[in-house]
Amino acid sequence: MERLLAFGDAGWGDEILWGTLLTLELAAVTLPVGMLLGFFSAFLSMSANPVLRAIGWAYSTTMRGMPELLTLFIVYYGGGLALNTGLNWLWPGMSFEISPFLAGVIALGLVFGAYAGEVLRGAFQSLNPGQSEAGMAIGMTQRQIFWRIKLPQLWRFALPGLGNLWVNLLKDTSMVSVITLGELMRMSQVAVRTTKEPFFFFLVACAIYWVMCVLSEMILAKMETRANRGIIRARA
Amino acid sequence: MNPMDILAVHGPRFLQGLGMTLLITGLGALIAGLFAPWLALWRAQGGAVAQGMLRPYISMMRGTPLLAQLFLIYYGSGQFRPELQAMGLWPFFREPLNCAILAFALNSTAYQTEILRGGIMGVPRGEIEAARAIGMTRWTLLRRVVFPHAYRIAWPALGNEIILLMKASALASVVTVYDVMGVARQVYQKTFDFSALLWAAVIYLLVTGIFVTLWRQSERWLSPHVLAMEKRARR
Repeated sequence: MERLLAFGDAGWGDEILWGTLLTLELAAVTLPVGMLLGFFSAFLSMSANPVLRAIGWAYSTTMRGMPELLTLFIVYYGGGLALNTGLNWLWPGMSFEISPFLAGVIALGLVFGAYAGEVLRGAFQSLNPGQSEAGMAIGMTQRQIFWRIKLPQLWRFALPGLGNLWVNLLKDTSMVSVITLGELMRMSQVAVRTTKEPFFFFLVACAIYWVMCVLSEMILAKMETRANRGIIRARA
Repeated sequence: MNPMDILAVHGPRFLQGLGMTLLITGLGALIAGLFAPWLALWRAQGGAVAQGMLRPYISMMRGTPLLAQLFLIYYGSGQFRPELQAMGLWPFFREPLNCAILAFALNSTAYQTEILRGGIMGVPRGEIEAARAIGMTRWTLLRRVVFPHAYRIAWPALGNEIILLMKASALASVVTVYDVMGVARQVYQKTFDFSALLWAAVIYLLVTGIFVTLWRQSERWLSPHVLAMEKRARR
């Protein structure tokens, strides 16, 4: 067993480690993209303009109603197709291959954004409206009210939901192995192909994902306690 | 090819794929639904032994990707072929479809257990005390008071879990099960026509849309007293 996980040419320890790092890198790069899309989606669905609201609804419903794997395929194959058609139109003969990593960031970011939009919308609606009214009463602009009153408090309401989405994102990165990104799942498959030890390597992969998720949950619990400091809660 | 031609030529295969998606989702959710209430009860009211056994199971199922679980069961079982053959279980594990359903059922059991545990803990204490006061036995209490109320509380979350399972069932295509996703991949590989993937998206969105509508309706059927109150309020 130790031999299978040895570093260097003899074992698969270093390959699994690089795979794990790539998994973390993919999740870490996707997170800000997804958060940005989440804010866009929340603003669209709370907009006074019915057309913008419809766009927000369509985005959130399609992304949440479709398998993540299918979204990934559509982005990977369709994104390349659309990009090349566009590039060819601008500069004939030009072509660009969309990489599995980029496809993963876009697809998982789109999915994260759709769910995050719902979380953020809920958080905005949990804010005390009296505070925005107080802001208006002392002559703050809408922008000032957003930056100084709403956004700082949003964190507290959105954190539990966003934490769940982060854990889902970590697990969903495993799907990008299907379009041949050499992350943890893919590296485990490569090791299995040579060693014929599928049970061992997939168990190791599960254990690594599990450790990442449990650690994330522990850190998130700490962050939630910190976000809620100074808030008095009624005892049940 | 024009997107309509793809549908005309490969439509029947997509329909078969739809049947397969509904079968693996339905069976996975149903098997999980048979075990979850008892595990949830155990988790809500059980002692240290119950917690010690259930917590790691639920944590591992929720903390690892379904794809990894599926690979562990499907490819991992191959390593134990002689032992499984000796037990007569090999014909089961040899089929990717069986492995997919098993993985989905195990995974969904963990999620459904946690959802139902929340429902059971949400039943007001007074209802249980009242039932005890009029001398209900434990089984009657569960059947008439605890589970009916727990399911009403848990129903919307259970619906969400089934949708998540339906979306996750597309992973079965990775171990060569021809569900909607599997058919779409096959058609795309043959024709290189992108609309194959878009048709799959349309099918999944239709299924989710129909399911959400039906589930919301069933929520109202489950709570006839709320329906009656709404009617009275309208009048």
